Amino acid sequence: MTTSPLLDATGVAKNYGAVAALRSASLSVLPGEVHALMGANGAGKSTLVKILTGAVPADAGSILIRGEAHDIRSPAQARRAGLVSVYQEPALIPDLDVASNLRLTRTPVEPFRQWVRELGVPDLDLRDIARDIPLAILRVLDLARALAIEPDVLLLDEMTAALPADLAEKVLDVVRRQSQAGRSVIFISHRFLEIAALCDRATVLRDGETVGVVDIEPGVEERIVELMLGARLEKARAAVAPEHEASRTGTQPRLGVRNLRVGAKLQDVSFDLHNGEVLGVVALEGQGQDQLFGALSGSVRPSEGHIEVDGRAVEFTHPADAVKAGIAYVPGDRAEALLMQQSVQHNIALPFSASPRNWGPIGMRKERETVRSAIERLQIDTRAQGEVQRLSGGNQQKVTIARWIAADARTILCFDPTRGIDVRTKKEIYQLLRELAAQGKSVLFYTSELEEVQLVCDRAVVIFGGRVVDFIPASIADEATLTRASYGLPREIGPAAAPSAVPASEQSSAS
Amino acid sequence: MTAFFRGKGWVTGLFILLALLFVFTRVIQPNYGANDFGSLVRAVLPFAFAVAAQAVVVIAGGIDLSVASMMALTSVIAAAMMDGASEEFALLVVPFVLATGFALGALNGILIVVTRVPDIVVTLAMLFVLQGAALLVLGAPGGSAADWLKELVVGTVAVPGVPEAVTDWIPKGLILLLFCLGIVWIPLRRSWLGLSIYAIGSNQLAAFRSGVPVARTRILAYAIAGLFGAMGGLTLTMSTGIGAPIPGPYLLASVASVVLGGVVLGGGRGGLVGPIVAVFLLRLVRTDLTLLAIDPNVAAIVEGTIMVVVVMLGAFLAMRGRTR
Repeated sequence: MTTSPLLDATGVAKNYGAVAALRSASLSVLPGEVHALMGANGAGKSTLVKILTGAVPADAGSILIRGEAHDIRSPAQARRAGLVSVYQEPALIPDLDVASNLRLTRTPVEPFRQWVRELGVPDLDLRDIARDIPLAILRVLDLARALAIEPDVLLLDEMTAALPADLAEKVLDVVRRQSQAGRSVIFISHRFLEIAALCDRATVLRDGETVGVVDIEPGVEERIVELMLGARLEKARAAVAPEHEASRTGTQPRLGVRNLRVGAKLQDVSFDLHNGEVLGVVALEGQGQDQLFGALSGSVRPSEGHIEVDGRAVEFTHPADAVKAGIAYVPGDRAEALLMQQSVQHNIALPFSASPRNWGPIGMRKERETVRSAIERLQIDTRAQGEVQRLSGGNQQKVTIARWIAADARTILCFDPTRGIDVRTKKEIYQLLRELAAQGKSVLFYTSELEEVQLVCDRAVVIFGGRVVDFIPASIADEATLTRASYGLPREIGPAAAPSAVPASEQSSAS
Repeated sequence: MTAFFRGKGWVTGLFILLALLFVFTRVIQPNYGANDFGSLVRAVLPFAFAVAAQAVVVIAGGIDLSVASMMALTSVIAAAMMDGASEEFALLVVPFVLATGFALGALNGILIVVTRVPDIVVTLAMLFVLQGAALLVLGAPGGSAADWLKELVVGTVAVPGVPEAVTDWIPKGLILLLFCLGIVWIPLRRSWLGLSIYAIGSNQLAAFRSGVPVARTRILAYAIAGLFGAMGGLTLTMSTGIGAPIPGPYLLASVASVVLGGVVLGGGRGGLVGPIVAVFLLRLVRTDLTLLAIDPNVAAIVEGTIMVVVVMLGAFLAMRGRTR
């Protein structure tokens, strides 16, 4: 092919402190092409998008648009260079009406109206305040606003994620027409179906580097998954089955999730969490896992379905209700869980002295003892115990888990608990979770690092698009299998994929 | 319905409240007349400019604690410069003082943007700095003001063809207030800068992604607040004829009127009309409480209560509108 690319980014690198988010990414988009950008969690996809749209500056590399070098330092500059983005969250100013939003971005009104109509929203009043417009429509307006500027390169980040099917179809139509007009679209999506139907080529990122550019043709999904996993594929396949396999003898699950639906993100999820089990939750970013954990920990109300604890239906109106039912939540962001300026002791003691029944004088001796035993058990490095914020990330995470052990929670919900923690502490946390399970406690464990599933879990539930797509026993839950499943692809047919480990009730809900 | 309460409804409600309050005033004081209204306007003037300054910053998602000190400093600068100088010289003093206010306001904004110290801390520090500077300019109340400036806020304007009974109710101070606010606010409201100020207050990330230069807009919002502050300082000098280096009670009053005027603390919503009506409302309440010979300490409690009740009631009505 001799046509020169419309957008040509090469050697793009970005470091956040000591962490390299992008090492050397390149992306080359031809005129009239719909180009998919793909990568597993943490591959550097979102960092590359931020650099292309001017949200963060790159440390190295060059970005050429129509052969001209551009130093993109803000979204406004990106727009002038001919690159316009539609983000995952709507970018309309919530307190301004649509007309003012158009003026703010200097968008011509007539083309905007035309695009809005073509995208299937016939009755839009430009005087409507953005805050009052439903999310799906806002996304369409965002897209129409971008199209009205007639950008050379349009970047769509998970454009169809929050859209109902009819609107999504219209969006895909419009994207196709863009490419016919000689403009290019960078399309970011987790849905292979859409990519297959829409895109010409795909660039795959892994560990901050571009590892391949493939033409989209039938069967390319396997190739893309291989590229996303790289050398890890071999390693994962070689991994031995873990020694701990579920021993689910109890008939009554500790936690039962029944057709749970939360907002638009979590559509329909059912599973059982048994006593003595560590159940992994595997999902790409934004598949509804945040809502699932929110509902289970009592901070979000489900819109449909219900939760059962020890066989009884419960309704959590406040996180305190979940705590009372013995369900503790360990968030990924430790700042969300800890009082950073307070001591280790205070932090660990908080949940069991905060119950209103325990108001009044605190039993100091009992508190000190419980806290000490928790600290010893978790081997928390307490040299800096005056203020939790001076502890390392790993030790902070141990404190968040320790407090729930001290509070004697029977079920612990861990949301990516090992993010940004050193290897040794990670291992200690894995061991701790296994120990808890051995004592008959149950753990729900969401992780973005797929190799953790085999290290910690008995089995994994895979969620895609807000629905359960598979239950995978730990023995076969290698990274390749999990990755494939998390993109909604069918399980590879192999000897290990015996579905017998999945209880009958769950199989029916999974299909 | 929601939009109604968020936009015009609130301001309309305030106007109705104000009208009712005027009726109430006439009931308790049957000879409340044009003269009394004139002195109400004169009392409101510095408050109104303080409120305008605060409103712009709050709409942009910030807060300005230095507004009263800014007024004190600009007031004494004006009074000191005009002391013993000619009437014509005052023509230069006014733009100079306004420019000083604009620059000091911009300095507030620059410090916030560059140092990333929270706005509440930066403007608190500026409160002390400007207060000290005001005392350096004039150690004690003093200086003077040009006569033509003083006359701008005294009396009424005779309009040919309009009966005096009507023009008596339009004091010069009111015209000055509306002119000064209008000449800045109306073009601003219609400009891209105005939109940007609302945008950064409403959702900073969305504003950035819409191509708004967030830092520059924030600095300009503070600069405009400084300009309004300087106008307030000038009106202080105009109505008293001197400059006083100790800041008046304008800071808390400005926050109160901004909230009562329907500007949401946190930014993005509200306008300038609501807060200005609110400031008249609060001043008139004070007048009435004095007329009723209520203990000033009790009066302060009544004022506070009114504020909470009105804001709560408004939020309640808006919520009813939303669920419907």
